[in-house]
Amino acid sequence: MIDAALLIVMGVLYAVGVYLLLEKSLTKVLLGIMLITNATNIFILHAGGMPGLAALYDPDTPAEDYLDPLPQALILTAIVISFSVTALMLGMIYRSWVLSKKDDIQDDAEDRRVAQQPDYDPEDDDAAPVEPSEFEGSEEQREEAYQERKRAERASAEESPGSYRMQHEHLNRGDRDRGEWDS
Amino acid sequence: MLAAIAAPFFFRRWGRTCFYYLSLVPAASFVWLCTLLPGVLRGEHVRESYEWIPQLGVGLTFRMDPLSWILSAMVLGLGALIVFYCGSYFKHTNKYSGAFAAQLIAFAGVMFGLVTADDMMVMFVFWEITSILSYLLIGFTNNRLSSRRSALQALIVTTAGGLAMFIGLIMLGEASGSYLFSEIIARAPETIADPGASVSLPAALVLILVGALSKSALFPLHFWLPGAMAAPTPVSAFLHAAAMVKAGIYLVARLSPAFAGVTPWTETVAILGLFTMLYGGYVALKQTDLKLILAYGTVSQLGFISTIVAFGTPSALYAGLAMMVAHALFKSVLFLVTGVIDHQAGTRDIRRLSGIYRRTPLLFVMSLISAASMAGLPPLLGFVSKEAVIELVFDGAAAGGLGALGAGATWTVLAAVCVGSVLTLAYSARFVWGAFAVKPTSFAHPETVTDDRVQPTSFHQVTAAFGLAPAIVAVATVVLGLWPEPLHLLVGAAASEAGETDKHLALWHGLTPALGLSAAIICLGFALFAVRAGLERAQNALPALPGGDAAYRYVIGALDYTAVRVTGATQRGSLSFYLAVILATAVVIPTVGLFIVQTPPLNAMRWFDSPAQWATALTMIAAALVVLTANKRFLAILMVSVTGYGMSLLFALRGAPDLALTQMLVETISLIAFVLALRMLPARLWNFRKPRHKPIRALIAIGFGLFMMALAAFSLSSRVEAPISLDMPRLAYEIGHGKNVVNVTLVDIRAWDTFGEISVLALAATGVASLIFIAGRQDRGPHHKSLDTRSLRQVSRRYAERTDLSTGAQVAGRFMNVRRDPFLVAGRTLAPENRSLMLEVITRLLFHTVMLVSVYLLLAGHNLPGGGFAGGLLAGLALAMRYLAGGRYELEEASPVNAGVLLGSGLLVAALYALSPLMWGGAVFSSYAIDADLPVFGEVHFVTSVIFDVGVYLVVIGLILDVLRSLGGKVDESLEKERGSRPAGGRKRRRITVRRTGNMATPAVASGPVTATSVEEPSNGSSGDDRSAESTQQEGDRA
Repeated sequence: MIDAALLIVMGVLYAVGVYLLLEKSLTKVLLGIMLITNATNIFILHAGGMPGLAALYDPDTPAEDYLDPLPQALILTAIVISFSVTALMLGMIYRSWVLSKKDDIQDDAEDRRVAQQPDYDPEDDDAAPVEPSEFEGSEEQREEAYQERKRAERASAEESPGSYRMQHEHLNRGDRDRGEWDS
Repeated sequence: MLAAIAAPFFFRRWGRTCFYYLSLVPAASFVWLCTLLPGVLRGEHVRESYEWIPQLGVGLTFRMDPLSWILSAMVLGLGALIVFYCGSYFKHTNKYSGAFAAQLIAFAGVMFGLVTADDMMVMFVFWEITSILSYLLIGFTNNRLSSRRSALQALIVTTAGGLAMFIGLIMLGEASGSYLFSEIIARAPETIADPGASVSLPAALVLILVGALSKSALFPLHFWLPGAMAAPTPVSAFLHAAAMVKAGIYLVARLSPAFAGVTPWTETVAILGLFTMLYGGYVALKQTDLKLILAYGTVSQLGFISTIVAFGTPSALYAGLAMMVAHALFKSVLFLVTGVIDHQAGTRDIRRLSGIYRRTPLLFVMSLISAASMAGLPPLLGFVSKEAVIELVFDGAAAGGLGALGAGATWTVLAAVCVGSVLTLAYSARFVWGAFAVKPTSFAHPETVTDDRVQPTSFHQVTAAFGLAPAIVAVATVVLGLWPEPLHLLVGAAASEAGETDKHLALWHGLTPALGLSAAIICLGFALFAVRAGLERAQNALPALPGGDAAYRYVIGALDYTAVRVTGATQRGSLSFYLAVILATAVVIPTVGLFIVQTPPLNAMRWFDSPAQWATALTMIAAALVVLTANKRFLAILMVSVTGYGMSLLFALRGAPDLALTQMLVETISLIAFVLALRMLPARLWNFRKPRHKPIRALIAIGFGLFMMALAAFSLSSRVEAPISLDMPRLAYEIGHGKNVVNVTLVDIRAWDTFGEISVLALAATGVASLIFIAGRQDRGPHHKSLDTRSLRQVSRRYAERTDLSTGAQVAGRFMNVRRDPFLVAGRTLAPENRSLMLEVITRLLFHTVMLVSVYLLLAGHNLPGGGFAGGLLAGLALAMRYLAGGRYELEEASPVNAGVLLGSGLLVAALYALSPLMWGGAVFSSYAIDADLPVFGEVHFVTSVIFDVGVYLVVIGLILDVLRSLGGKVDESLEKERGSRPAGGRKRRRITVRRTGNMATPAVASGPVTATSVEEPSNGSSGDDRSAESTQQEGDRA
């Protein structure tokens, strides 16, 4: 047997709930969720069959006469959980209002940006330079550059004695920071 | 492996000299390997096995047979030399060389594992690790775009191939019933004969080939190897000449003897391999970068070797492996020499290099030897092994076919091999000429030409350590060429695993057709080199072959493009859009599947249950429809509440008193929470934006409603079994010791559910608190005693002077500074016009009673309607009453324990209750009944699950307290702050301004309720938009 009254109420609650859920206003969305929760509880209740006795055990009552206790337990859980969801959503609405004076579901700007992203990526699509060597100049040139640097270092050390160490370290660090890796 | 992990630390201390010490690791392993050699040659396979994932049948099984030995020797021997070579190659100050050395040593270890693993899955793991290490090593100079891109390309291509191979390996393993190479090969005849595997076996082999050929850079997946030349040269020498690319050949060599007879195996490899050989040789001829000449040369040679090995006959294996060893030896020397030249001269461009042979004759000789070996010139190893190959193919063709190929096909192979060898000789000559010769002005780069002469390249003297590694290998090439006996023993042993062979490597076989072919190849090769200028012009004139590289870039580009477009089209960033799509799908697909394709039976409809039910139902429908049209926020909320209360009635009518009670309480508290939270928001609901897509939303909504109705109707009609819950009343009474079946279900039969639920409640409570309080729970708010009363007195004095107040407000004013107020402190903490005497009186009368009833509900719930949820909600309602009557200070008073402690202790009680039965051997959540005879109470029947209910009770109170504190108290506070900062004197409002005097306790208190009282004129009947329900109620009072 199907209970027409429950079925119709459930349908209306679902329809109104979904309509509100698709709104932009957070409050409406929350109301929609509450209506959908109620509708779902009706669904579960109805799944328990036709009305029966309250599920308070009496040895003389056959089990079929009670209203099915299992859906009841599920609904009881659902009611309290939905209250906590409502409370959390209320907190969100409040926070959203405090922050932006808006009661709106915002569109995700990051998603919009992804949609407008160009498909040209310099890392992938730039022409790679042809590099016929791993080194910067020949060994002699590199040696010269190294000596040049040493000289500059020594000169600056003479100009301001005591700062040699610091300079030295600085230069070394500079080397490494530039990611020079060849000899 | 340990060395690889430790390497970076040593490098930090000792710099590049570490390479020298580190090379001892593979060198020592090589020596160890040599000690195994006699046993391996005798046919004793060294096996080691450890359990790894026994559930999947995967074990760390390693096996050393001659084939593995050859590859291990290449990996470890060359590895040691190349690591040694790195010591001169890299700069002292290079801070990444530690990581580099670690990767290189790790690579040698992994490669060794790959060639010795007997378990296919373990082999695959090593295979993939080599891909990753190759990626890291190619991308070593990560500040260069070409390095990064090539590294990624190599990774993508080889792992894509690896993925295909993985599927192939699993299919092969399933087809032959084992994942061990040794067993698969032993069982191969049965597997091939098995009709069940007639499709899956070829498919498996093709997939394995995809992996092997991608790793060994065969056309069309060859393009990653030239790209990988962006790696430092020692890496190219090791990974991309000697070791990693040989993994594919190793796999082909491993499986060929068993599966060469299966149709697409030899054909696939032969076609792709020979084409690769010709293509690589052709492209190598037009390169100007030394490394690229070698890279395309490697591609060409790999194609060549794979083809030979894939024939699978013992002789083919013999010749192919000899060729592979020769290739590893000469190619590594050439790479190392290239590295030296690049290092000293700063370029590898053959148009810029000129006259280097004069500067470094030794280096020149080494290259000459190795290039000659590559070209197949006598008396070197390259010649000896190539001779073996040509002889093999020629004999095979003459005998009417080799392996799986017929005579015609074999002749074609021979022709291709010969043409390929001509090309090989030509590019070998080009390499030596390009690297060392004095270039003609017509060829050289304009920058190097001065006074019509090409300037010799500046070239520093090479240190002995730098040249040592290539020198050793070059010597090996010569020695093995003159005396190929050791190599014969090795490859002979490897080939004899597959069967008998009469092949014998030798420098001089007598006047054979193979010798004639070799001579022809040599002549043609030199001729080709001689006409290099014309050839180059011709090559440049011809359009370049469409390479796999372009295809790769096209695929990757298309993938990027599709990803961006698909993401853009589906990730619209609009929640409503997503929901609409989801809901529409939820309606359409089941509707089609369930009701249109196959219509289930439908039960009779019961149109009339009771008048009360219909009345409730119609009220709810009406309320729901009002929500749709309501444009005031609170109207909509009230209407939703009506449906909630209607639910409660429906529950009651159907025989569910627990539900009715709980729903009623929840609905009330929800309403309070709503009103509290939304009082800041404007009263008009949806005035921000014009609603869009109304018809679509309506369509989806109505569709969904109808769909759910149909779903409910059909699903209710589909019941065929008796409900499981028929036993529950009896079970509840006998095992759960309670008469209220619903409650026993919650705390006993389905206690896990409830435990999960209270955890969610605690989470939600914390969530609400953190949304409102943001920083910390602020569990202990300011105490009312910290409020200064003197300011109150000032207020009250002024208040008393006013005559334009309603009677109610006057009475309230009189009470506002009564100091002794032990129970309700509203008098001290709420502004007079915010107080409601009725509410205060009722609260005083009822609070304790309600609390007591809540405890009763909690305890009686086991046998009568009630329980932890209902009790907790009722207690929460009592707290809400206190808050509404007395404000947030009153709430602090009313809750001696803060919300966090309540939530925590509730969960703790529940958890302890759940676990405690374990102590005396019961199951989690077992409940016990205790009957006792107490002196005063008489007989007491106590069921332990009540303790669990106490936990639930505490959590529910904690949740509601958190809601009241956050949405109530904290919002009050910020509202007051906001009003306090608003300029005085609204159009219809007058303010009582209270000058703060004396020492206020804290800033929070300073902006406390007293200063923030805006007084509304009693005549101003319509309340402000943002007033709360309580003020509405008070107005009612006053009126």
